[in-house]
Amino acid sequence: MNLLEKLDTAAAARKAQLPTGLSAFGIPIEEIYSPTEARIGERRILLLGTNNYLGLSFAPECREAAHEAIDTEGTGTTGSRMANGNYSGHRALEMEFAEFYQCRSCIVFTTGYQANLGTISGLIGAGDVALIDGDSHASIYDGCILSGADIIRFRHNDMVDLEKRLRRLGDRSKNTLIIAEGIYSMLGDQAPLAEIINLKKTYNSTLLLDEAHSLGVLGETGQGLAEKTKLSSEVDFITGTFSKSLCGIGGYCVSNHPQLDQLRYVSHPYIFTASPSPATIAATRAALRLVRNGSKLREQLWRNAQQLYSHLKMVGYQVGPEPGPVVATILDNPQQALALWNGLLENNIYVNLILPPAAPEGKSLVRCSVNAAHTTEQIKHVCQTFSMLHASIIQ
Amino acid sequence: MVEMSQEEILHLLCQRLASFTNTEVEITPETNLITQLAIDSIKLLNLIMELEDNFDISIPLNALTDVLTVRDLANLIYKIKSDSK
Repeated sequence: MNLLEKLDTAAAARKAQLPTGLSAFGIPIEEIYSPTEARIGERRILLLGTNNYLGLSFAPECREAAHEAIDTEGTGTTGSRMANGNYSGHRALEMEFAEFYQCRSCIVFTTGYQANLGTISGLIGAGDVALIDGDSHASIYDGCILSGADIIRFRHNDMVDLEKRLRRLGDRSKNTLIIAEGIYSMLGDQAPLAEIINLKKTYNSTLLLDEAHSLGVLGETGQGLAEKTKLSSEVDFITGTFSKSLCGIGGYCVSNHPQLDQLRYVSHPYIFTASPSPATIAATRAALRLVRNGSKLREQLWRNAQQLYSHLKMVGYQVGPEPGPVVATILDNPQQALALWNGLLENNIYVNLILPPAAPEGKSLVRCSVNAAHTTEQIKHVCQTFSMLHASIIQ
Repeated sequence: MVEMSQEEILHLLCQRLASFTNTEVEITPETNLITQLAIDSIKLLNLIMELEDNFDISIPLNALTDVLTVRDLANLIYKIKSDSK
């Protein structure tokens, strides 16, 4: 089979999963009206599949900051942080992130994907070990592959399994980077951080926590799971993204370890790419201030999440293990998931469809992401639609 | 687990694969895991976790790049077990 025939085979498998109807992947959004509404085709659609957790995508403070940055600094930096792309805004944002997390330092990356790629591949290398949760995001897997370290998975959120794997490593556990996530994107559940920290201390390992989905969502000031559990000082490295609660694009790593700054000289995903645009940096700085002072937004977000999660559970849908902004409905097969996804879209609700092999355990997911800008009426409409579709889809 | 020879590991692996894949295909040392047993990337990750527990070892995912057949996998398990003594 040649290179192009391999792609034909993959395309045939995809078509077999999604034989008819509107493609669920890469659906064209024609117009965006607000953090919760858009036009798809000719329909006005309720957006319930974005990562816009605090609903800040149209925040006037962020838009104004972005406009001003374009006017004063131009549209792009045209270079790497290591060369001509190291503007005062990048350095200011790093200082603000470090101060936000009360950490020694921060490195800003061009995307959240690159934050994991660059941090992981800078921290570990051949001969070291990456011990990662089985449900880790692709950026974590790819960062580990790029590093050349041995990659070992532990069963999702299973601390007995994590300890077993640490024990088997023997002396190598001190050269091991354990990687977990604040909130997991598939099922919306949180890592058992206190237990992970106990194990990393027992085995002299290092811990990286990815707060991509938990930034803005958990903790008094929105730092994430480490703040919520009051364990921030015990986590060695925290990574995250601008592209969810902060409504931009970019990523970061914060740490109290002075060695973090050395990553700037060894991390290819940091060095060999253009730095974030001035508008992105300016909007993100404004968004970070809103996140930090966003306790009312977090309260609304959690009310919405609880309302949807409780309703789906009551109706009889199988949902993720705990309530949160990511509310996953777990279906037995792709046909059920596609029928539910289509049914929701016909009722003007957009959610995410996740099919094997992307979904855990061979299941399929219809994943909702609620945000603080959703009104109680909007969530009620979603609940009613899920109720209406239940009998015809779940036999 | 007591010390095992390469052939004992191969035999045990064939048994585990038979129950894991639930296949009609006769599993021999030369059986290709992907083309003959239809083990896709996700199934392979789950299989590896089961084998790690069966043999009380850790099998790095990056060590699987050269594994095509049942014998390749048995050899890898034997090597990891030997190295961990």
